[in-house]
Amino acid sequence: MANTAILIETENSVVKETSLGVMTAAAGETIYALLLDEDAGAVKEKLAEYGAANIVTVKAGDDLSKNPDLQAEALVAAVKEYGCQTLLGTASSTGKDLFARVAAIKDVPLVSDCVAVNVADKTAKKSHFSGKTFATLKINDDFLLCTVRPNSVEPVAAAAAGEVIEFNADVADPGLVKIVEVKKDTGKKLDLTEAPVIVTGGRAIKAAENYSMLEACADKLGAAVGASRAAVDAGYAPHTMQVGQTGKTVSPKLYIACGVSGAVQHFAGMKTSKVIVAINEDKDAPIFAKCDYGIIGDIFDVVPALTEKL
Amino acid sequence: MKICVCVKHVPDTAATIKLAGDTAFDDADVKFISNPYDEFGIEEAVSIVEKEGGEVVIVTIGKEAATSTIRSAMAMGAHRAIHVKTDGQFLDSTLTARALKAVMEEDGLPDLIFTGKGSVDTESFQTQYRLAKSLGLPIVNEVSTLTLEGQKAIAQREIGGGEKQVLELGLPCVIGATKGLNEPRYPKFPDIMKAKKKEIKEMALSELGINEADAKVTMEKMEAVPERSGAKMIEGSVDDQVTELVRILKEEEKVI
Ligand SMILES: Cc1cc2nc3c(=O)[nH]c(=O)nc-3n(C[C@H](O)[C@H](O)[C@H](O)COP(=O)(O)OP(=O)(O)OC[C@H]3O[C@@H](n4cnc5c(N)ncnc54)[C@H](O)[C@@H]3O)c2cc1C
Ligand SMILES: Nc1ncnc2c1ncn2[C@@H]1O[C@H](COP(=O)(O)O)[C@@H](O)[C@H]1O
Repeated sequence: MANTAILIETENSVVKETSLGVMTAAAGETIYALLLDEDAGAVKEKLAEYGAANIVTVKAGDDLSKNPDLQAEALVAAVKEYGCQTLLGTASSTGKDLFARVAAIKDVPLVSDCVAVNVADKTAKKSHFSGKTFATLKINDDFLLCTVRPNSVEPVAAAAAGEVIEFNADVADPGLVKIVEVKKDTGKKLDLTEAPVIVTGGRAIKAAENYSMLEACADKLGAAVGASRAAVDAGYAPHTMQVGQTGKTVSPKLYIACGVSGAVQHFAGMKTSKVIVAINEDKDAPIFAKCDYGIIGDIFDVVPALTEKL
Repeated sequence: MKICVCVKHVPDTAATIKLAGDTAFDDADVKFISNPYDEFGIEEAVSIVEKEGGEVVIVTIGKEAATSTIRSAMAMGAHRAIHVKTDGQFLDSTLTARALKAVMEEDGLPDLIFTGKGSVDTESFQTQYRLAKSLGLPIVNEVSTLTLEGQKAIAQREIGGGEKQVLELGLPCVIGATKGLNEPRYPKFPDIMKAKKKEIKEMALSELGINEADAKVTMEKMEAVPERSGAKMIEGSVDDQVTELVRILKEEEKVI
């Protein structure tokens, strides 16, 4: 049982499901759950339930939230303080950025966006070539640093002590990069890359306003809504919603493709989803050869009926 | 202004990857291209220099065959290139960053460095951070909007859920480019011809004192991601179809 640090991400004082999965990836080790500049109060019980032996609130002055380099320095200091030889986190956009900064500071290897990690063996499995192959990589270093792809490890409860500690990192601001503003979209949407379920509309959606039909379905499923490139290029959806080779890589538990033909470039972004469902009016649509369940039908009939049933 | 762009030579994303043994792929018939995200960096660098003057230098660490990728970057308007030659199919990010740093120090440090947000072959997402750290420079990755104001750069990056961060950093700095930054140009025939005459300085990785065998990450196994064999089609009326789908997702797959 080695000391293992996990960077925890929260949203509105709730631990993200993806972070619980990362703790499960380190099951069997002595887990230090690290919270950056956040009090343990609201999340303490959940973290203990999923295996945190210790819950560490990491602080480093007032500017921590505005400074990714300072955050990375603080993480490095915490890992050192508790003698951890492993640091794992979520491969979210902030997680990937922070961990790359940590890797550079510590000059240790990093495996980004793993679908599986073996802490004891120091091996990690990840996608190569836009999801065409899996590589199992061996880390030839004393330190193991990995980010884990959201939804790739199912969280399993494993109660531990959940001792709360406050750690004040004594780190200097390298003064290189500063976040001066965070622009929010109208209403906080579920992040596509972290969503457990995604409902995607392709070219067949025909108009931007028809996405409301998919949103109604997504609301019932706790899902995020995605788009194909054809739908984005036609102006039906913003590029931030695009799934695929030139859009987001997603790996939800359930992916429902509505009126998407199934191009390789689309699959490059979603093929590691656990279950893929396609709804398409064309029985010969290529997507039916590459998914788990298929419904032949008009999305404007099938999707509302599905929403009704949920 | 001198701008370096780090460009990786990678298999076309539409190419089929055929495995060769346990840890390699057969690259003989595979079409290679410049890493798509690096192209946003090339375009940005070239358009800055077109406005402000200076030169764009491409730096590539890769096999002999990477010359084709370097020429295509030059056809987009880069002035010259440095090619550090490697033997193996994969080089870990630590060694790659070390090579990039050595080359830039030797050639004279640039005012600005562009990379892609990540490479589409190994999907490592880190080389640019290691390069920045080793040169003591600020870095912002996944930049979709960039404004330069004298010695200051303002970069915008998307952080998911529709949120965007705006960051400030001083030049020289490293910018990891992504879609949205610009529309990379298609080189015209005369540009392609001109590119053939531009200078490529070549050297071996070993000349920089870097040994491929020192990699801290090694490939143990490479396997194809299992393909689905075809959908189970759900038949019947629309009502029957959705009822059955919901049952499967709840009871069999347990995903909702
Ligand atoms: C370099 C490159 C990068 C790319 N990157 C991406 C990427 O990141 N993401 C991406 O998605 N694509 C990408 N593409 C594009 C990709 O090749 C396809 O063109 C695109 O995915 C097609 O989108 P689509 O399936 O929505 O549209 P189409 O291929 O037009 O398919 C629409 C489907 O909807 C069905 N349909 C129509 N009306 C209905 C209805 N009422 N009910 C049910 N079904 C209906 C049709 O039968 C058809 O199968 C890329 C291409 C290239 C060359
Ligand atoms: N071999 C290489 N030669 C030149 N640039 C590279 C190389 N490997 C990575 N890079 C740069 O670093 C970025 C991130 O790569 P990676 O860390 O492999 O995802 C790429 O988009 C390139 O700009």
